[in-house]
Amino acid sequence: MMRFPLLCAILALAPLGGCKRPVAVGPSAKAFGAAIVEVGGGKQAAGVGTTLEQPVVIQVNDAQGSPVAAAPVWIRTTGGATAEPAQGLTGADGQFSTTITLGEVPGGCQIVAIAQDKSGKNVELRLQEIALGYEQILGRELSEHYCARCHDPESTPERVSNHDNLKANAPAFTDGNKVNTMSEADLASTIAHGGSALNRSPEMPPFGFTLAKSDINALVAYICGVADPPCRTKGLVYAKN
Amino acid sequence: MRQWIHGRWHFLFGDSARAFGTLSVVLLACLAIAAAQDHFREWTRYQRRYLALIRSRGEAASLERRFHPGLQQTWLADIGVTDRCSTCHLGLKEASLSDVQTQPFRPHPLMPHSLTEFGCVMCHRGQGTATTVESAHHSTPAWEQPILPARYLESACGQCHWNALAGTPRLNLGRKLLARFDCVACHTVMTPDRWKLAPATDAPLLTRVGTKTTREWIFAWLKNPQAYATSATMPNFQLSDGDVRDISTFLIAQSTSYTPVAQVPALPADATAGASLYGESFCTSCHATTNPAGMLVGGDVGPELTRVGSKVKPDWLADWVKNPKNYRPDAAMPHYRFERKQITLLAGFLGGKADPDLLANIHLEPSTQEQVTHGKALVIARGCTACHEINGIQKPKNFAPELTLIGSQPLVKILFAAGVPHTLPDYISAKIRKPHAVGPATKMPQFTLAPAQVDALVTALLAQTDRAQSLPAALRVSARRESTYQPAGKAGRLMADMSCLRCHTINERGGDVAPDLTLEGSAVQRKWLINFLKHPNTLRPALIRRMPRFNVTSAEAETIADYILTVYQTPAFNSEEVDAAGFQSAEVEEGKQLFYSKYACQSCHIVDPHRDKGYIGPTLTHVGARLTAVWIYHWLKDPQALRPGSIEPNRQMNDTVARALTAFLMKQNRAAVER
Repeated sequence: MMRFPLLCAILALAPLGGCKRPVAVGPSAKAFGAAIVEVGGGKQAAGVGTTLEQPVVIQVNDAQGSPVAAAPVWIRTTGGATAEPAQGLTGADGQFSTTITLGEVPGGCQIVAIAQDKSGKNVELRLQEIALGYEQILGRELSEHYCARCHDPESTPERVSNHDNLKANAPAFTDGNKVNTMSEADLASTIAHGGSALNRSPEMPPFGFTLAKSDINALVAYICGVADPPCRTKGLVYAKN
Repeated sequence: MRQWIHGRWHFLFGDSARAFGTLSVVLLACLAIAAAQDHFREWTRYQRRYLALIRSRGEAASLERRFHPGLQQTWLADIGVTDRCSTCHLGLKEASLSDVQTQPFRPHPLMPHSLTEFGCVMCHRGQGTATTVESAHHSTPAWEQPILPARYLESACGQCHWNALAGTPRLNLGRKLLARFDCVACHTVMTPDRWKLAPATDAPLLTRVGTKTTREWIFAWLKNPQAYATSATMPNFQLSDGDVRDISTFLIAQSTSYTPVAQVPALPADATAGASLYGESFCTSCHATTNPAGMLVGGDVGPELTRVGSKVKPDWLADWVKNPKNYRPDAAMPHYRFERKQITLLAGFLGGKADPDLLANIHLEPSTQEQVTHGKALVIARGCTACHEINGIQKPKNFAPELTLIGSQPLVKILFAAGVPHTLPDYISAKIRKPHAVGPATKMPQFTLAPAQVDALVTALLAQTDRAQSLPAALRVSARRESTYQPAGKAGRLMADMSCLRCHTINERGGDVAPDLTLEGSAVQRKWLINFLKHPNTLRPALIRRMPRFNVTSAEAETIADYILTVYQTPAFNSEEVDAAGFQSAEVEEGKQLFYSKYACQSCHIVDPHRDKGYIGPTLTHVGARLTAVWIYHWLKDPQALRPGSIEPNRQMNDTVARALTAFLMKQNRAAVER
């Protein structure tokens, strides 16, 4: 007879120990939004495994477009990236800020911010961050030294842009719509042989005698890495005859 | 119950035949388990999954041909690498698997070395000989080196490469910061070729500090250096008010007297004229100030000047502006040769850059002998003389632990603070960020560093491994080391007086702020050089840091110019190669065509100020009066041969083309050079 209460207690406690956390446990939903907008922190590029310099800041708005305070937000990430904090409530200004650490594999990482509307449906905002591997980091350094003065239209106190002084329009490397009109081979060839070689502006000088082939490949990898919309994937590469 | 056990025992081991039979069955089962265990090892699962993956692909046949079943091992005896990683990481060398997302089958991203040459653990750490996921990647009681987090991966390059590589910005920054924040003033950090890293900054002399500043300012500075200047590299020693008071008393007490040479004529303060003189003298090339928007603007060669008026005494400031070498003979700041009126203007302007709040609440009681004695003891205990020169106290030896092998420090020797994960990178990072969290008794002060700077420092320190020390010397790429070059004679003394080598490099010694002058004598014309030294003008419109005007006399300018033209020559030029007088007008015309159409030089340079807009390279409107023909000719043919790293692309011009362009450029001499 002594065993019965013990058995009952074990049976009663068992579900507690074995139960999984519900997916959306965390901040309790008292305020609801209709849309999430980006305030800042998207499209950053940094080395693999590093913490992004700018936090990702998003804002939850209601149907009228005004910010919603204390709305629960969840952050989901792909590509091995992590968000800290990964969930929380929006502040008084309707904003939620999270620090992103990129994954260990080069490539794009998606940051998905999720909030709930009144009907309990998920509202999502997708942001893209870019993790740069060795080759892209080398490309970025070379680009800063050789290319950015013409190809980056933004002037900073340390580097005045020459972009607007050119007759031709030197595309920014982040401008995927322009960069993606060229194949990787075309990009490499333009860098090596200059604009005239591809019947483009001679204002783009050839760097084939200044940079090593591996440097040019690194530049192409960087350009393709940061282009937005992203470069087409290479697909299968078959052995050449 | 007992009866039941007894019955079973009798059934199994009742007589010798039964016992033999039972033991045989047990033994057979054990043998079967051993074989099965071997068959179902973790890595065999991965190999089966890999085979399934590649068989579903178009290039299955060629992938399968390169697949070898069983344990795979890379053994590189000379660098001490034994890796079995490719037992599971089967697609490392298969570029065609670039679309595969599942590990461990992804191909290795592109890198400058081959896997067969260096293996895996050389860069990634981890236990190479292990064949289970857990023991290969994570730390175990017998193996303390887990896989290195990707953010510190550049440290792997640093084990062989002690020079700055283009592809490792984080490692390069970390090594620079070790010198810039004077980490290596207390800690010894050696490279494998027994070269000791040296601190980069000259911390101020404190032997005469009483002439320069007040006890109150020293108090405020020691309490929180970043409250005075946000960009200060001086760490916070987190001292109590009493300790700070005693140190400041001691520093003033030990100070020897120094009588400022400059007599400042009393002139009405003229802030506008002072500000424009500050601008004209390009003080911002080296010194930063916070602008009204709160942004720090200017160089980081000299100290930040935002609140300098609250720090220095007016007499000292005027003396320093007049000639910094009086107070400190090896001062980094050049001797500007200002006139008395200019000294008053500039000293007045800088003295006005004061923050009344900085010292408002500091009221120190009169100094006592106890304070001095206690202050001296604190200065010795805190190792201030590791960076600063102080009267009566020697530079401490082996003040802080040596960090030459910190990158392979065994974890048992490390005391972890609560909440810090038990890995080496996490320990180093935590120690740099919050030294006092590790142990309140630590002598290491609190530095003000951005997260990216901490990551960079950790990366640089993780490169200091025992593996790096034991690698074959043939693999080692040594750092560029500064020579002991010193310009000689009268010109040499003038160049030291104007601190030319702080910004320019000559014969592998000097700074990287301004162009290398090792071959300058072959490049420029005497008349232009003399004029430039007297009235430096802007050559590259987009440049922020500019050559200041040192107000040299004609005689001084001529001395320096003649020295440069005689000594800094390249032996590679044959002066008869390009005959500047013999240029034909047809050549000039051809050069013009080439300049504007084929080579589109106007996208970076300006020849015709009304038409050309490019402002990356130097303005060429007067280049015919500035450069020598033979320099232009050789520069056009191979710029990097004359100045490595120049962004002007090498166009592989042939002799005729280079000559035509030289002819066109030598004609560019629009206005008279002389003023």
